[in-house]
Amino acid sequence: MSLLEIKNLHVAIGEKEIVKGLSLAIRSGEVHAIMGPNGTGKSTLSKAIAGHPDYTITSGDVLLDGKSILALEADERARAGLFLAFQYPSEIPGVSIANFLRAAQQARMAEGEELDASAYYKRLYSKMDLLKIDRKFTSRSVNDGFSGGEKKRCEILQMAMLEPKFALMDETDSGLDIDALRIVADGVNTMRGPNLGVLLITHYQRLLDYIIPDHVHVMYDGRLVKSGDKSLALELEAKGYDWVKKELAIV
Amino acid sequence: MSQPLDTDTLETAAENPVVGIDQSRGDFKYDVNYEFDAGTGLNENTVRYISSVKKEAPWILDFRLKALKTFLDKPMPTHWATKDLENIHFDKIRYYLSSGQKPKRTWDEVPDDIKKTFERLGIPEQERKFLAGVEAQFDSEAAYSNIKDLVAKQGVIFANSTEALREHPEIFRKFFGKVIPTGDNKFSALNSAVFSGGSFIYVPPGVKVAQPLQAYFRINAENFGQFERTLIIADEGSEVVYMEGCTAPKFSTSTLHSAVVELVALKGAKIQYITVQNWANNVFNLVTKRGVAHEEAEIKWIDCNIGSRLTMKYPGVVLKGRKARGEVLSIALANDGQHQDTGAKMIHAADETTSNIIAKSISVGQGRSTYRGVVHIPKHLKGCKNNTECDALLINANSRTDTYPAISVRGDRHAVQHEASVSKVSADQIFYMQSRGLTEGQAMSLSVNGFINDLARQFPMEYSVELKRLIDLEMEGSVG
Repeated sequence: MSLLEIKNLHVAIGEKEIVKGLSLAIRSGEVHAIMGPNGTGKSTLSKAIAGHPDYTITSGDVLLDGKSILALEADERARAGLFLAFQYPSEIPGVSIANFLRAAQQARMAEGEELDASAYYKRLYSKMDLLKIDRKFTSRSVNDGFSGGEKKRCEILQMAMLEPKFALMDETDSGLDIDALRIVADGVNTMRGPNLGVLLITHYQRLLDYIIPDHVHVMYDGRLVKSGDKSLALELEAKGYDWVKKELAIV
Repeated sequence: MSQPLDTDTLETAAENPVVGIDQSRGDFKYDVNYEFDAGTGLNENTVRYISSVKKEAPWILDFRLKALKTFLDKPMPTHWATKDLENIHFDKIRYYLSSGQKPKRTWDEVPDDIKKTFERLGIPEQERKFLAGVEAQFDSEAAYSNIKDLVAKQGVIFANSTEALREHPEIFRKFFGKVIPTGDNKFSALNSAVFSGGSFIYVPPGVKVAQPLQAYFRINAENFGQFERTLIIADEGSEVVYMEGCTAPKFSTSTLHSAVVELVALKGAKIQYITVQNWANNVFNLVTKRGVAHEEAEIKWIDCNIGSRLTMKYPGVVLKGRKARGEVLSIALANDGQHQDTGAKMIHAADETTSNIIAKSISVGQGRSTYRGVVHIPKHLKGCKNNTECDALLINANSRTDTYPAISVRGDRHAVQHEASVSKVSADQIFYMQSRGLTEGQAMSLSVNGFINDLARQFPMEYSVELKRLIDLEMEGSVG
């Protein structure tokens, strides 16, 4: 059982504060969704937690199983059990998905220890079978010339192989057609279980038709302004973000 | 008596017993007592000393003395090349150091202090595993030279230049200095004056040498200049692969390496020449390499330049016979404080000749890469083809890359293609990889290996593995 705690987090890019005091706790086995209009700080939140050097945490803390991870580099956070599924994954020309994941696995091993290649490929192929991914896929260069759907499939496969404690999924559904959306949703649902906590960041309700969240939070202007269960997402879909804004204005 | 100077790197080497031309970047040295020493500085006496120690025929001394004059007369090529060349102090360099002129045939006979060096670099082990012959040069002379019996029985000659001049003067003299004349450039003239060591290979007609022949060049002494001279002749229809590795310890003062390599591929012959150099960053590496490909012959240069302070090297092929083919595959990695000025020359001199140049450079930090290429196809020829691709990868905003392609094609019966690209490893790309658990150094290393992947795949396996390891070391070290 693991716990990811975000405590009164403030994040700035340069001088500009984007996340303005956000708190949230996610336990293993839970799926949380953060919804909100564009420009409200959703992506900033996920990148700051993952350790992007351009995002400065000005106050607050992020704890993994009670220990602050803020002093850790991005790669150390990843090895501690965080995974960020990118909205726009980078291309790495000349590096096959299989070799990339192999390097990522190798990086998790103790110094001097060598990854067992045959065991690795066995595991890779079993994950690919599970996610219904074609065997040829992993010999392609990481995201190089991929369609939007292929990029997301690549993210999901990486997540399945790296088995994080917590997955932060940043607008994973953006720009996807319905088939690609299903790939992502099926992948997450397959991996869902008592050992994985998920934070879904999305603009639209439609992803939540396929991945049913345990908790839904509405983010607005750098803060979580409303929390509830999956019915909140439906209400939001029906009434629009203006409803939240109006309610806030009244408060 | 000799003793290891730094135990740290020794331990590193012990932890990595994997065969490689260079585990700890070659940065170690053992003290060696040199029996023969030409002293410091260069004049006629230096040249006479070298020649007399080698007991050379009068024509060679003559050749050397003329070359010395050419060297002294020629200006530094700083009108087109870097001003850093002016920092070479020719009067402070030692031009000849050796413990004897006759290389040993077995490793047991090699003096302990020199043997230790090569064992640490993994040479004897490589030899047992996959090589047809090895020559190991230590400063000015080969300390070890051996060719497998099977290969020798086919009539293949593999010797160092000192030996070859004595034992095979008829073949040597016929081709020596013909591909690269003494006055080709200032440094080919310098080499011609003071050359020592390097390989001489002759492959008889129709003989295909199945395993590669390898030479290893090791600089051990400070303020030293290494000037090996290599001449490879592949007779009609023969085939040979030659590989060279080079290292030197890091010194605070500069070291000079200035080789001349001449290849002759006679009708239908194939020569593949592979270099993986990993010089310490105090080495000026100024090398002239050129081959002549006769009718339907093929010369392929695979050139990996890692390390050194300044490398200037443009392997070339003169396509002299109809349907001759020339190829240069080049990888250069310029880290902080390094300048890789590399490229290729393809001189088409017969109909239906084909050349291919693929050059990839990586500039890291303040590292600087320059590509210079010459492709020349004169008007009277027909059916010639050239393909040139230059790709540069920049890692961080301070690095610099320049491309100077000179393609002169006359006539309209040729096919020429030139592509160049510059790409950057972005901060986002590094963050993406880090978010998968790779350290910054590992991420950069992976980007670089990806960038050169399509080229490295064409190398013999042992060398692409070694190249990858060298890049890993280089990139790990560049993260500050």
